[in-house]
Amino acid sequence: MPRDGETHRMATKAIVGEKVGMTQVFDEEHRVVPVTVVKVAPLRVVQVKTPAREGYTALQVTYGVRRPGTLTKAEAGHFARAGVEPGRRVVELRLDDTSGYTVGQEIDAGILAPGERVDVTGVSKGKGFAGGMKRHNFGGQGAAHGNHKKHRAPGSIGACATPARVFKGTRMAGRMGAERVTTLNLEVIEADAERQLVLVRGAVPGPRGSLVLLREAVKGGPRKAAAPQGAAR
Amino acid sequence: MNPTDLVDHAQLRDDVPDFRPGDTVKVHVRVVEGSRERIQVFQGAVVRRQGSGARETFSVRKVSFGVGVERTFPVHSPIISRIELVSEGDVRRAKLYYLRDRVGKAAKIKERRAVR
Repeated sequence: MPRDGETHRMATKAIVGEKVGMTQVFDEEHRVVPVTVVKVAPLRVVQVKTPAREGYTALQVTYGVRRPGTLTKAEAGHFARAGVEPGRRVVELRLDDTSGYTVGQEIDAGILAPGERVDVTGVSKGKGFAGGMKRHNFGGQGAAHGNHKKHRAPGSIGACATPARVFKGTRMAGRMGAERVTTLNLEVIEADAERQLVLVRGAVPGPRGSLVLLREAVKGGPRKAAAPQGAAR
Repeated sequence: MNPTDLVDHAQLRDDVPDFRPGDTVKVHVRVVEGSRERIQVFQGAVVRRQGSGARETFSVRKVSFGVGVERTFPVHSPIISRIELVSEGDVRRAKLYYLRDRVGKAAKIKERRAVR
């Protein structure tokens, strides 16, 4: 946790896109690299949030196009005041410093460069009501030795008369997935502003077509090497 | 069209001959030894071809010093300098795994004579 006077490091750059799907590309050493394709349409800054006014720094951005008739009056007024064409969604990007940005400015995939590390946030695929084996990696029970219809059962969930209850937080079956998940430290393989594409090495949370948030990595990478060791302690 | 075709398209090679399982091919593979690069030829029968787009792969089987060797290549891999179609085979299935259990004459694939 940050101490007094310190704040969480957010990110110096962030961008939102739509997950297109996975494929593979060949790197310069002819190796296969698994990549997730993220379509990053140019973002338009709708509002710049500052500590003086909103108490924190963030950019409110939108992308794509939306029929004006589908906007509520509040939304229409918000876009009109910013002088920005209404987009499909409004997304907030928390940043360390927003001083370089102005309302109406466009942000595209060009802010990312190959080799950079990003944290990718998305809403994972919903798995519905899932059992303990799928949800918590329980081992299940034996297939043989007289086991009857209890092959995927969770087993014991506690003791008997003491404590005579099941402890809170005991891992059991339940709703799984459809939650906000961040995958850390994925390498940017390619960022093409012209084709509005970003290729990220590895898998990204969420189904195809879902919104994903790409932020500069908070851990590892060259930025950590640049920070003085032990200064944070 | 798949959504990822935008990315795949640039990866695809246009010099891949039309070959299918049962065909005999020579795969010219680039081998890097230190700083030197040379071409190694892997000749054998295509036993499988699977996938599509940039992810498509094929497997070539040959018998080398009495030992069966199967090697799988991505069709569009840059390590392949060239694929040469030697002869076309006449087979009835898409995956020729039955060749693994056969040796000698039984493992021979009938040649396709008709023009495709």
